[in-house]
Amino acid sequence: MKICVLVKEVPDAAVEKKLNPSTGRMDRSGEKNLNPYDTHAIEAAMQIREGGVAPVEEIVAVTMGPESAVRALHKAVSLGADRSVHLCDDALAGSDVAATGYALAQTLTRESPDLVLLGQQSDDGECYTIGAVVAEHLGMPSLTQVIKMDVESGALRCERQAEYGYDTVQVSLPAVISVGDAINEPRYPSLKAIMGAKKKQLDTVAAADVEIDAAKVGGDHSAAQWVAAKAPPAKAAGEIIEDEDTGETVEKIISWLDERKLL
Amino acid sequence: MANILIYALHYDGAINKNSLGAVSEGARLAAELGGEAHAILLGENVPHELAASLGNYGAKKVLVAEGPEGLAQPLVDAMAKAIGDGGYKYALFGGGLLGFEIGAGLAARLGAGVAMEVTAVRAEGGELIAERPILGDSAISEIKYRSEVGIIIGRLNAFETKETGGGDAQVEELSFELSAHSTQAKMLVRGEQRGADVDIEGANVLIAGGRGLGKAEGFKLCEELAAAFGGNAAVAATRAVVDAGWYPYAAQIGQTGKTVAPKLYLAAGISGAIQHKVGMQSSENIVAINKDSNAPIFEFSDLGVIGDLNKILPKLTEAVKAKKGS
Repeated sequence: MKICVLVKEVPDAAVEKKLNPSTGRMDRSGEKNLNPYDTHAIEAAMQIREGGVAPVEEIVAVTMGPESAVRALHKAVSLGADRSVHLCDDALAGSDVAATGYALAQTLTRESPDLVLLGQQSDDGECYTIGAVVAEHLGMPSLTQVIKMDVESGALRCERQAEYGYDTVQVSLPAVISVGDAINEPRYPSLKAIMGAKKKQLDTVAAADVEIDAAKVGGDHSAAQWVAAKAPPAKAAGEIIEDEDTGETVEKIISWLDERKLL
Repeated sequence: MANILIYALHYDGAINKNSLGAVSEGARLAAELGGEAHAILLGENVPHELAASLGNYGAKKVLVAEGPEGLAQPLVDAMAKAIGDGGYKYALFGGGLLGFEIGAGLAARLGAGVAMEVTAVRAEGGELIAERPILGDSAISEIKYRSEVGIIIGRLNAFETKETGGGDAQVEELSFELSAHSTQAKMLVRGEQRGADVDIEGANVLIAGGRGLGKAEGFKLCEELAAAFGGNAAVAATRAVVDAGWYPYAAQIGQTGKTVAPKLYLAAGISGAIQHKVGMQSSENIVAINKDSNAPIFEFSDLGVIGDLNKILPKLTEAVKAKKGS
């Protein structure tokens, strides 16, 4: 079995996220990191390999992003991927979720994986939807927000929480599965793995290399068009108490509740 | 024609509340565009009366399609067929997991633009403009569509349910074919309830616990505080801890759980992810206790306490008891 894991470089959680006011796109400058949700997808791939039910020949990390995104790939490799593929092309900048999904699907086609794994959401875009877009382009069955996954002959038995409780769904391979963060506790990379990550094979491909139709990608061709940004309706800032003396803190909470007749 | 096609999720003989909201919103927008709102239901022998009842929320016509329930890809096939037959300029989804999956798949199938987590939609010059909060809800971006069909996926509870008294909608059976990959997923068990059946929707006071409780036993602190409030207080939980098995599914707030609006919502060890926020932001008073001062929940709480809940909760429980006793 060959597993491809989709990963993404996102602004570090500690960096304040903001928009570029002229384009409406996210200002992606500043410290970057591997999307924390993606580490669960890599861990899920590792657990399938170690579970031994189906032999895993290869785990390949795949990303689309600017040059700096190689760092996310290095991190993915340090967490267990065998090699990585970087789709990098200026023509892709500003692609919306539909265009990004198309471009990733084109890149994956070249790898012909048996299973595509990804995290349930990116820490910055919060779209939750890229898996479903990729699956449609690849013509594969798909399920998002999976929290338990068992390999059975040629299929996966997946569990997830949906609108009315927990669903168990059998999905035939090849398939695209986005995993929820409850699925596992990602391991920490070893120092050796971190040091060795840069030596593992990394293929950089341009849009034309994977036969991406340039008329379908990039900010100017994306079907969802950003027109304006505005501030949300102002909400009065809440009161904040920093707990230094817990007795005092509790007194403050009690009087706050009491003022509002909540006791 | 600028008609709008709206996905209606149904289960166990009832239409999902978020879908009713989407149908109501679709009817309002279609009227502004000079078109009609049509809904689509997919399942095994969907009762036509159930479909027709969407007329009360403003649907003129309801398409009924036969196929496997609870999975997204069969609906992508059915909606793509309906849209291909003509007349639809927009597809609209209420909040929820399936709506996200279907809307995204449909966008890929049709090469259509998609906006998700939409909180408001307006008609302007014969087109719809979707508003989508971004960057942890610190800004709202407005999105228009260049494609022939625009796809709008609402945020949970974004669209208000409105009965129009329109009477029964016209019901029409839609014939369509499942694509090959849509037959590759099979529902084995649907809607399994895990853990005890608890009622949180009627509570005036909710003490909600998240990952910050550290372990399943941490919920004891929440239960003791709820008991101190007495009467109509209950304990709720986030999805992360429910998935981890710390607390029953029936107590879960948010995207795939309950939506609540108690007088007091006290969040202990909850970071405040959007999926949680959408289920509780209408609470009258929100108090958050979290040791991480950067937790998003402090952005929308009325009283935020930065500190260790293991120290604060037991003392707060004692103080509430004392106050109640006085």
